[in-house]
Amino acid sequence: MSDNGKPKFAMYWASSCGGCEIAVLNISEKILDVDAAFDVAFWPVAMDAKYKDVEAMPDKSITLTLFNGGIRNEENAYLAKLLRQKSVFLVAFGSCSSEGCIPGLANFSSGKDLFDTVYDTISTDNPEGIRPQYNWTTPEGLDIHIPVFSPTVRTLDQIVDVDYIMPGCPPESHQIAAVVELVIKALNGEAELPPKGSVIGAGGSTVCDDCPRERNIKKITKFVRIHQVENIDPDLCLLEQGILCNGPATRNGCGALCPQVNAACIGCYGPAADVADYGARMITALASVIDSRDPEEIESILDGIPDPGGSFYRFNLAHSLLHAAKSAWVGD
Amino acid sequence: MTEQFEPIIIGFTCNWCSYRAADLAGTARLKYPPNIRLIRMMCSGRMDPTFILKALSEGADGILLTGCHPGECHYLEQNYKALRRYLMLRRTLPQFGIEAKRVKLVWASAAEGVRLAREITTFVEEIRALGPLNWKDSRAYNNGYGVAEVEVSTEVPA
Amino acid sequence: MERITIDPITRLEGHGKIEILLDEDGNVANTYFQIPELRGFERFCVGRPVEEMPLLTNRICGVCPEAHHMAAAKAGDAVYGVDPPPTAKKLRELLYMGFYFTDHTTHFYALGGPDFVMGPDAPVAERNILGVIHKVGLEIGGKVIQARKYGHTIVEMLGGRKVHPCTSIPGGVTKGLNEEERQKIEDMGRWGIDFAQFSLQLFSDLVLGNQTYVDLILGDIYTHRTHYMGMVDENNHVNFYDGLVSVVDPDGKRLGKYAPHEYTDWVAERVEPWTYLKFPYLKKVGWKGFVDGNDSGVYMATPLSRLNAADGMATPLAQEHYEKFYETLGGKPVHQRLATHWARLIELLYSAERLVELATDPEITSPKFHTVPTKTPTEGVGIVEAPRGTLTHHYWTDERGLLTKVNLIVGTTNNYAPISMSINKAAKSLIKNGTVVNEGLLNMVEMAFRAYDPCFGCATHSLPGQMPLELTIRDADGNEVDVLRQFC
Repeated sequence: MSDNGKPKFAMYWASSCGGCEIAVLNISEKILDVDAAFDVAFWPVAMDAKYKDVEAMPDKSITLTLFNGGIRNEENAYLAKLLRQKSVFLVAFGSCSSEGCIPGLANFSSGKDLFDTVYDTISTDNPEGIRPQYNWTTPEGLDIHIPVFSPTVRTLDQIVDVDYIMPGCPPESHQIAAVVELVIKALNGEAELPPKGSVIGAGGSTVCDDCPRERNIKKITKFVRIHQVENIDPDLCLLEQGILCNGPATRNGCGALCPQVNAACIGCYGPAADVADYGARMITALASVIDSRDPEEIESILDGIPDPGGSFYRFNLAHSLLHAAKSAWVGD
Repeated sequence: MTEQFEPIIIGFTCNWCSYRAADLAGTARLKYPPNIRLIRMMCSGRMDPTFILKALSEGADGILLTGCHPGECHYLEQNYKALRRYLMLRRTLPQFGIEAKRVKLVWASAAEGVRLAREITTFVEEIRALGPLNWKDSRAYNNGYGVAEVEVSTEVPA
Repeated sequence: MERITIDPITRLEGHGKIEILLDEDGNVANTYFQIPELRGFERFCVGRPVEEMPLLTNRICGVCPEAHHMAAAKAGDAVYGVDPPPTAKKLRELLYMGFYFTDHTTHFYALGGPDFVMGPDAPVAERNILGVIHKVGLEIGGKVIQARKYGHTIVEMLGGRKVHPCTSIPGGVTKGLNEEERQKIEDMGRWGIDFAQFSLQLFSDLVLGNQTYVDLILGDIYTHRTHYMGMVDENNHVNFYDGLVSVVDPDGKRLGKYAPHEYTDWVAERVEPWTYLKFPYLKKVGWKGFVDGNDSGVYMATPLSRLNAADGMATPLAQEHYEKFYETLGGKPVHQRLATHWARLIELLYSAERLVELATDPEITSPKFHTVPTKTPTEGVGIVEAPRGTLTHHYWTDERGLLTKVNLIVGTTNNYAPISMSINKAAKSLIKNGTVVNEGLLNMVEMAFRAYDPCFGCATHSLPGQMPLELTIRDADGNEVDVLRQFC
């Protein structure tokens, strides 16, 4: 609690793109409700509190912390532990902290591969093969540091205990507004918070449930790349048109925005309820609707999905049962 | 002298055919390697790729999936679903650095005890040749080592 | 040897750290602006299908995903050697103008504007968007929120979502525009033109009408004579979506214009061991260090750069302001970094005018918005102007269109060297012989940084509008002597 009796609020970005911050600010007028109900204790995008200010706060003195961004380096991991210690409710906010999101695709490669690629591109002038050093002494004689890069991207719940998960890349603003309202009501004793560990700000079904497209019994005989389709039918299920859509494995709550503009769902709202491994669910869903019993024919149909790892684990690789590819780990 | 690597194989077997075949092998005292741990499912179509991924991530070196021959599924069509899931999984696993050969699908009927025992024996040797997968132990990232192998304390200051 | 650490720089998209090193006399020996972040898109996009790149690269930045979306879309077109139908290009550019409109608005009113509207010496607590609203009125605050909403609505109508649009594919877009939507966008655009002109008038009244600010803008602390870069159309007018990249030297002389596939002849990136981010520079001039001048390959890519690198604006009202801009500041090119705020407002006006132009184009509602690619995919480059600078996406694919190699040069990255130099110069000008470092100093360093609107600058939409800084001053033994803070 702060001096004026208002509960404290914090929002922190680890290895993120900033989209979650924008999504929160896009709740427009509702942001004033946040401002009225809470004291913003720590929000690097918006105000000045530093890490040492957070370190000085008593344990459990921040009522609600929204943590977005993946755990990509040791500074991110440190902040995750710090904020867990100082917060009553820690929310894994957005796809990066919940499941790794797109930067989690780095888990298909090793850190060395990543560095070798980035610091040696076609336009990079680096004949000495310089790589960033975690500790470096300047010519003037002082030591300066940058955070240690971890071998893999990790999710928040792989580092600390998480109270709630809010999926989405980013979570849609209307969902954020609804959650904000619920939390404020709960703090006033007018509503109950869901059980610890719940997914909030999303539905309990799949994107297909939100999608207005016409669906029939599916018999897929071919997968096509979206740009190869002459005219995308605006009313028919995309999967039935052979366009690989992640809707069947993905949790609803976004309102199926992408299919409504003729773009396939790419799975940014994370796994549907009770899904242990997102990629496995995609595989089962597609296996049910591929219309062939002949191994050779099936292989030919599957040639239409040239990047199964990416298509099935696009947002969820860091949180999948396997976590990462073998080459990503130290010691292998 | 080094100990020979003994693969851990999980066998997801269908109740109506291959599980019975394994039984048959047992009653006929046909030997097959103890490396395989059989898990009985009512149908190969019950196989969720999650089972395979979980097994691999928790210590299995190889997965053998058995089901009724095409056209003979007790529940009519479900072994085809197993086939399709299996083919997709074999395309996905290499992207994780897991050899597709570590997962194998074999059709066997209840009468094929001899054949099943042979398939199991063959598979164990195939996996032995590939070497251990050791997925669980190679998750060194949990220790937080960076590329430059500098360990940084992530303890929160008191 | 004393050391002043600013860590972390807050109110940016991302993380940053500044180390200021003082010598025995208390003068600044050097500064190091470190970027502690890396995610590695150039690596993990390898193996992905090229049509996913507009979606994957969105996630490089949630403040300006539209920029990456467009660069990726154009690179995808180039990879397939496909020319999208005119309607597709116009729809993409229309979405892009909606985005530019919201983005430039938020930067000026919440980040840059407060320094001028309130004044660099105003109390810390007032130097933010709330202070601005108190000074100029609630009505204006409402307009700013309206402007943001309109911009994001246009992005959502054309791109599917407000953040991370999803409608661009190789060969065009997935969705067209109907008449009802078109009319809505046109109305929002016309409102936007008025709003942009209002903003320019506000700038003129509050800033140009105040001699102190004019002196600040023209002063030496924030001036660097560097090369400039920006995309221009066939008439050498500023264009954000398509054209050639014009490069001019510190005297304003054009060194050339390059097409996307020629970028490697012009730009190279250096690596330093003390930061994760690379430093681009002009290859033809060569890297001479973090210095100004005609012989230094350091270049800037910002709204100011775009105006400097072009011969004019493509729309009439913006052109009027372009002329007035150079007349007031003494000719082309303008080197004063703080003038970037003015240049940004001129671009704001252009984006609104261009929005209306496109929204009233007879082809904009055509159902022909995609051409199926027929050629085998190989390699391609897509370049657009992100609000923070020239953005380059370069893809190589196999015959199935899966990426085999990726090279990206991202907006703010272009400016990494100039920002470092601006921080250095501001620090050196203001910290001498052990003068007391005070709040005023903090804000002055801030202003050097903020003019670039680093895409580290997303705080924009929030209430407090300034960059919080903390300086820790240590003696030679590393003991803390003083800590100065600037809160919001």
